Order: sequence, then C-alpha cells, then structure tokens
Amino acid sequence: MPGDKILLSHGEGGKRTRELIRKVIAKRFENPVLSPLFDSALLGRLDGEIAFTTDGYVITPAIFPGGDIGRLAVCGTLNDLSVCGARPVAISCSLILEEGFPVETLETILDSMEAAAKEGNVTIACGDTKVVEKGNADGIFITTSGIGIVNDGWRPAPENVRPGDRVILTGTMGDHQAAVLIARNRLEIAAKVLSDVAPLSSMLLDILSSFGGSVRFMRDPTRGGVGVSLNEMAESSRVRIVLDESRLPVADEVRGICEILGFDPIYLANEGKALLIVDGSAAEPIVDSLRKTQYGLNAAVIGEVVKGSPGVFMKTVIGGLRAVDYPVGEQLPRIC
Amino acid sequence: MRLKYIDEFRDPELARRVVDAIRTSWGERPPMRLMEVCGTHTVSIARAGIRSLLDGAVTMVSGPGCPVCVTPDGYIDAAITLGKRPDTILATFGDMLRVPGRHSSLEKERSGGVNVRILYSPLDAVETAAGNPGKEVIFLGVGFETTAPSIAGAILSAAVRDIGNFSVLSSVRTIPRAMEALASDPEVRIEGFLCPAHVSAIIGSDAYLPLAEKFGVPCVVAGFEPLDILYGIYLLLRQKIRGAAVVENEYSRVATPSGNRKAREIIATVFRESDIGWRGIGVLPGTGLAIADAYSEFDAQKKFGVEIPFTEDKTACRCGDVLKGKITPRECPLFGNACTPAEPYGPCMVSSEGTCAAYYKYGVQ
Repeated sequence: MPGDKILLSHGEGGKRTRELIRKVIAKRFENPVLSPLFDSALLGRLDGEIAFTTDGYVITPAIFPGGDIGRLAVCGTLNDLSVCGARPVAISCSLILEEGFPVETLETILDSMEAAAKEGNVTIACGDTKVVEKGNADGIFITTSGIGIVNDGWRPAPENVRPGDRVILTGTMGDHQAAVLIARNRLEIAAKVLSDVAPLSSMLLDILSSFGGSVRFMRDPTRGGVGVSLNEMAESSRVRIVLDESRLPVADEVRGICEILGFDPIYLANEGKALLIVDGSAAEPIVDSLRKTQYGLNAAVIGEVVKGSPGVFMKTVIGGLRAVDYPVGEQLPRIC
Repeated sequence: MRLKYIDEFRDPELARRVVDAIRTSWGERPPMRLMEVCGTHTVSIARAGIRSLLDGAVTMVSGPGCPVCVTPDGYIDAAITLGKRPDTILATFGDMLRVPGRHSSLEKERSGGVNVRILYSPLDAVETAAGNPGKEVIFLGVGFETTAPSIAGAILSAAVRDIGNFSVLSSVRTIPRAMEALASDPEVRIEGFLCPAHVSAIIGSDAYLPLAEKFGVPCVVAGFEPLDILYGIYLLLRQKIRGAAVVENEYSRVATPSGNRKAREIIATVFRESDIGWRGIGVLPGTGLAIADAYSEFDAQKKFGVEIPFTEDKTACRCGDVLKGKITPRECPLFGNACTPAEPYGPCMVSSEGTCAAYYKYGVQ
C-alpha cells in the first residue's frame, strides 16, 4: 500500500480494519498460532516454570540508525525473558497507530518485528491494533508481552550473588541511546553510531546451558543504562559492587558524544547488552565464550562483588574511588 | 610535561606520578586551600575521585562557576511570567529545567502548559522562531563567557535575517571579577585558583593577571581531564612553595594568553557590561552582560517590560556559602536530608554541574 496513510477507519473494527490486519499485519507474522485470529492464542502445553513480561515502546524517531521501534519491541521483550533464564515461547504485539501514519513505514516496522522474532526463535502469537486521532500519539506506540519457560535447571536470581563474584558486560555501553540522541537532535556529528538493539536469547541461553550455576544473576541494562541496572542488582542482592573504570567498554564515538554533551555513558540506554554477575573463577571462560558470539564481541569483566554495605562504586582510571549512584531524571545537555 | 591526547590525560601511571609529586613537594604542611571555580571542574574532580587521592595535602573548595547555580530565583520567575504569555515558546538549555524559582520551576510549569523546549544551541532557537512565525521564541540566555559568543551569534543571525519573533532573556555573566570578590573575602581564604578551561579559552589567561597581582593569589588555567587538574594543582602548590603568585597556563593546547579575539569582539558588539545579582553572592558590579542598545529589539526584558528582581530570602539552604567556598555541601543541614537530587531545595543540588549534586552523586565526603 505505498503512499497510503493510516485512517481512523482502520481502527473501527469494520472492513478496513480486517484488511489492515489480514493484508499488512497477520500476513507478515503468519504462523499456526496466530493465523486463526482467535480471541486468544492457544500455545499448547508448556513444561516448566512460566516467565511472563510486558513492556511499552515509545520512541522518536520510530526508525533510527541501527533499528526501529519494531525490532526494539521484540528484542526488549525477548531480552527481559532471557535474562531471567527463560526460553521465549510466544510474544504478543499491540499497536497504537496515529491517524496519518504512513502504511509503508508500518510495513517496514512489522517486517523488522518478524525478522527479530525469527532471529530470537519466538512466535508472535497474538495482537491488537488501535488507531487514535492525529495529535493523540507520536506516530506509533507498541506494547509487547512475552511468555517463556524456565526449564528445571538453574535459574539466575539476586539471592545467588556473593562476594568474589565478577560482573560482566556483554559489550560497549550506550550505543542505543547515543544513536537515538544523534538522530533525534540532528546533531551534526560525523561519527556513525548505530543502536545495538538485538535479541540476546540465543547467546544468553547458550551461556546458561554451558555454565549453569556459575551465572548468578542477569539483567539487561536498558533505560538508565549500566549505572541504574547495577544499582538495582546491588540493592536486590544486598551486595557492594566495585567497577573498574579502565575496563568499561565504550565505543570511541559514544565517548566523544558524551564528552560534547556532558553525558555519562554509564547511564545511557542499551538494547542489545546484558550484565552478568558470575562466579569469579568462571568469569574469564564466560567472557571467552561471549566473545565468540555475534552480540558478545566486546564482552568484558567490568567489576567485582566485594564485602561491604550495598551500593555501586567505581575505581577511577587514575586510581580514585567514587560512588555510582542512581541518576535523577533524564540526562540533560549541559550549558558549558 | 606536555600533554596532547585524551588518553594521556587519563593515564594511571602518569596520574600516580603527579599525585606523588604533589604529596612529596607539599610535605607535612597543612592542606593548601584551592578553589576550582568552574562547575565542570567540580564534576571532573568528583568523578575522577581526586579528593580521595589528595586528602591531607590539598583541600579543594568549589566556586561559583555553575551558571545554573548562580542564576537568581527572580530570573526563573521572570522566565515563567514570559512563558505564560500567549503564543510563546521558551527555549532553554536542559540544565535550567529543574531550577527552583520562588514558587515554581520550568519543569513544573511545562506540565501546566507552558511551552518549554530544550535546545542544544542558541542558533536552534533562531531556527525555531523562523519556523514558528506566529509565536514569540524567547531564549533563556544563561551562562558565562563560554556561551556568550553563541548567544551573541544567535542575536546577530536573527538581526541579519530580520527575524522579529526572537528575543533573549539575558542572564549572562563574566567570571574574573567574581573571582576577585571571592579573593578579597577574608572568610573564603583562597590560597590558589584553578581557573576554568573553556572560559579561559575565550578570555585568555591574561584575564587573571589583576587577580594574581592585586590579591597575591596563584592562578593556574587547567583543562578538564583528570591529569589536567592534577597537574594544575601541582603547579599551584609549586607557586605557593616558591612564594609566587602568577598566572600559569596548563591548558595552552586550547587557551592562549589573549584568548579568542573573534569571540571577544562579538561579545563586545552585542552585549554591554551591567550589574547583576549572583544567587548566594549578591550583586556584583559590572559582571553581567546585558544586551546592547543597538540590539534592544532582541532583549526580552525590554521587549516585554519584565523585571528581574534580586532578593535573597534567608532560608536553611546554604547554597550561597557553598558557592563562595565557605562550606562544603556536607556542612549544609539540608544536604542529603531535605535536599537531594530527586527533591532539590537549592540550585547547587539541581544543576548537573552543581557542587552539592556532584558531592551527592559521587559520594564525596
């Protein structure tokens, strides 16, 4: 439907709605669970503990360097399941479209969702579409929910963490938010930064099956970045984490952008990275395994769990020590 | 020691050598009391953990060089008054959003319908005005010599393009005379100034000569990287040991003795010196940059007849004393209790370059 725009009637439940769903949406996600378009998706019998997650995605621009809102929505939900040790089974997709949204852009986004789902080995099992009047939404909002299964084996969780464990980050920090910042503000920066948005399910499940109990706890450092996720991990595990600043992986381009704007990459969002707290003796072998994967090439041990009151600290490159606290609100560009 | 590239300014081995040199040369003397004037220095020092390395040899106190922190609440009130006019867009740097006025902040007013846009450059505000001919775009011109040229440039651009719906509410100010006011205050007791990097790139290191000569205070212009700062501190200590009080320039890769002539010219064209109130410090004669009469059509104060009152309420918040280096944030009774980054009471806790925010965020003792 090149050149077509979303109309209010696409959301009114009549002929146009059926046409949009059948010709644009369901066509792309075709699979035996979704295709009957029942009121509920029937997933069959699931064997194991069930993990269930949901997330809403709102982002400007909807298509950004390295990805789009569709890939973001699928990967975000897959990664939320994976860091809990769950194998993703099915995800839902709820679309809220603004009147006038180009159908061609929607098709690009849906193609991207299907590609990400295929890569993450998951079925898009059910969905919903609503259209709101122009001015009542920012083009497109997507909500995805996901179900996964944790098999009987090891389940990473906060209570497993103990002093002596090490902290691993699976790649460079802040790529996603830096890419979006550049795109959103049309910053004339020559550096090419691509979002890292990616499904991590295969990589993380392989690590879990190889190293099992050595993987104590995992999180994906999305909004608030590594800084916030580590604070949450330290809080829920009641441990003290000390980072080594010199080992924090940051792409040169992202570091440059942060220098200019006065941002700290440790608080920038990531959409294709995971933080792992692992048994100290297994840290290096796990990093070696991660580095053999597509999304773990720059994995590094970035810190360790030590005795002491809960919190996150950083040994700075010049040997000083300082706290890494929760940020307040979004990071804002500095004046000078 | 000549430093050129970014990573050299973070080299752990070099840093250790400079720290050793500072400690060895200073010996058992009581700690030297140095002021870092600039908010970016304050953040760098906290972020690199420099206080923890120099404890006992040096006491670093933070100065008034955070533009957000020294902006008086009357300015915020005036901005809010202007923002409530119909068809008005307030364009601002993000740092200003959460700063409290007497009764409200731009962030609170934005949720109530005032149109506030965060921009990265004053020129973007001119573009916004060009793209919204039916609206008045008022840029909140806050900053020091660093931002003054780009604000002046925006005004000149609007003048050349004949954009009549753009104006600036100026709260721009200059640093050296504020430093002189602090140097002459016996309660502050500054034994050396770490002079700001970006400001010095504009005004030149010679701008501090009167300060060093008149008040006998050593001055060193330093960059923002950890080694810039450590080496700057070493130079200050060395002056003190020798009994010297001169201006040295550690940041010669960017700042020259006379600064950036073009930038100074454009400031002199668009602005004129004025008296201005500094939050916590008071009115300092000649430290403000008001918009020159030739460009008064772009002066939001004149265009809309708004006043920026300067009064200081007596409250428990001791931001004023923090800005003057009289106390450290932890000596303020509100710090960490009634005043946190989530619920800031004073501007030093609001701004990302504020001393209290830096102490809180990086756990400085």
